[in-house]
Amino acid sequence: MGKRRRVLVPRHGPVVRITHWVNALAVIVLLMSGLQIFNAHPALYWGQTSTFARPWLSIRMVETPDGPRGVTTVGNRYADTTGLLGWTGRHGDRRNQAFPAWATIPSWRDLASGRRWHFFFAWLFVLNGAVYVAVTVLSRRRRRMLLPTREQLRLRHVLAEVADHARLRFARGEAARSYNVLQKGSYLATAFVLLPMMVLTGLCMSPGFNATVPWLIDLFGGRQSARSLHFLTAALTVLFVLVHLAMVLASGPWNNLRAMITGRYAIELEEERT
Amino acid sequence: MSLHRRTWLKAAGATLAGLWVSACDRLTRNPNFMGFIGSAENLSRQVQRAVTDRNALAREFSPADISPDFRPNGSLNPRDPEYVALREGGFADYRLVVDGLVERPLSLSLEEIRALPARTQITRHDCVEGWSSIGKWTGARLGPLLARAGLKPEARYLVFHCADTLAEGPNGRYYESIDLIDARHPQTILAYEMNDAPLPVKHGAPLRLRVERQLGYKHAKYVMRIEAVESFAHIYGGKGGFWEDRGYEWYAGV
Repeated sequence: MGKRRRVLVPRHGPVVRITHWVNALAVIVLLMSGLQIFNAHPALYWGQTSTFARPWLSIRMVETPDGPRGVTTVGNRYADTTGLLGWTGRHGDRRNQAFPAWATIPSWRDLASGRRWHFFFAWLFVLNGAVYVAVTVLSRRRRRMLLPTREQLRLRHVLAEVADHARLRFARGEAARSYNVLQKGSYLATAFVLLPMMVLTGLCMSPGFNATVPWLIDLFGGRQSARSLHFLTAALTVLFVLVHLAMVLASGPWNNLRAMITGRYAIELEEERT
Repeated sequence: MSLHRRTWLKAAGATLAGLWVSACDRLTRNPNFMGFIGSAENLSRQVQRAVTDRNALAREFSPADISPDFRPNGSLNPRDPEYVALREGGFADYRLVVDGLVERPLSLSLEEIRALPARTQITRHDCVEGWSSIGKWTGARLGPLLARAGLKPEARYLVFHCADTLAEGPNGRYYESIDLIDARHPQTILAYEMNDAPLPVKHGAPLRLRVERQLGYKHAKYVMRIEAVESFAHIYGGKGGFWEDRGYEWYAGV
């Protein structure tokens, strides 16, 4: 066995590093101001209009003989979510509070301010995302970094990667130079499917945009469907962020952070014995 | 991960989250910051105006799409004495005043308004809160009405003065404003019928503005007077509408 040698290899260029952090900021603000906007009418529907008596999802305070409760309903199923969703659980409080104060911008109920935050950061998100997409599509190195190789797409390889990830066993040495197939897949899906879906479903909630591009709202099945898909896509984005953060923590947080700040990523190589 | 490390991470995470939330709250209380991020509204408006044909129509639906549960919002039954008297008289004494920067100020009864060039449309009403309902509206087209009054060249906006008081205090009276692009849009009407019946009080009887392609709060109910102005800075809170004075966007196309 050779001695191990730690080397810093270039990982991310400056544009990717800057757009990553701008995007992180924008996504956090968009999520939290989005929950503020959701709280103004905490129910979701399918189709063009709101069938007020039959939402497919609602998060509400409900008066019961034992006092108010926070109730989350999905289809015909419901759960008591007092203290987290629907109602704060604070004595004497009689307000509907779908998502809790700590999850919204601002923390108090204020749809007008929530919308200002949301639309400003939506522009930032879109312009920043356009720079990222342009650089990724134009750069050969970046394309090679994200597109899976033929070898990586073999089912056996994918299953082996899943098994390794489940055991928190990560690539070392030469193999750590490039992304594994699960990383590539989730980054591609997030950057080129999930986040663009956020923008398109969001645009479909604009009555002015609907008059401009009427076919897009039909593609999503109507305005209330677009609102539901906007919410569900946001939930998937939160899921991505949680898994992403867990993986960053499990596979060496400082090394990953350095790679996204200075651009350099440490890998350990076998020292050749002479 | 060790237990110690996990506790440390949790504490750090909670502290960061707390700092973040209070920073966002402080910024929301700062009028300069809110003015700055509010400037995105101008970008949205200019981009939408640039890419949208000014006569592009909002989607129209079929009678089968009409919502049986169209939700009313804002004032549902104004208690302003002037309005109550009109309502009790079946709006026989109602007059729509068109004045301000016009060549020929008008004062029209409902009969006269019904005789104006009309349009019927089944459209979706999108509330800023997030819900939507579809309704059928019949009303006088605003464009021909303005042509009859004759807008002066310096007129840039129309201000809709309403009969209902929605909040306590000096600026509690509802009002709205639109620019001339929307005023002359073919779907912009003063509706006196909803779903083939006289407009109900909760939806704005006797006359409500329909300005399709914008959110619900622009569709002023209980319209009493249309004033053509060069600027609305001197009216009520100066932002061009009841909700605009309370932080909402003047351009409600987003």
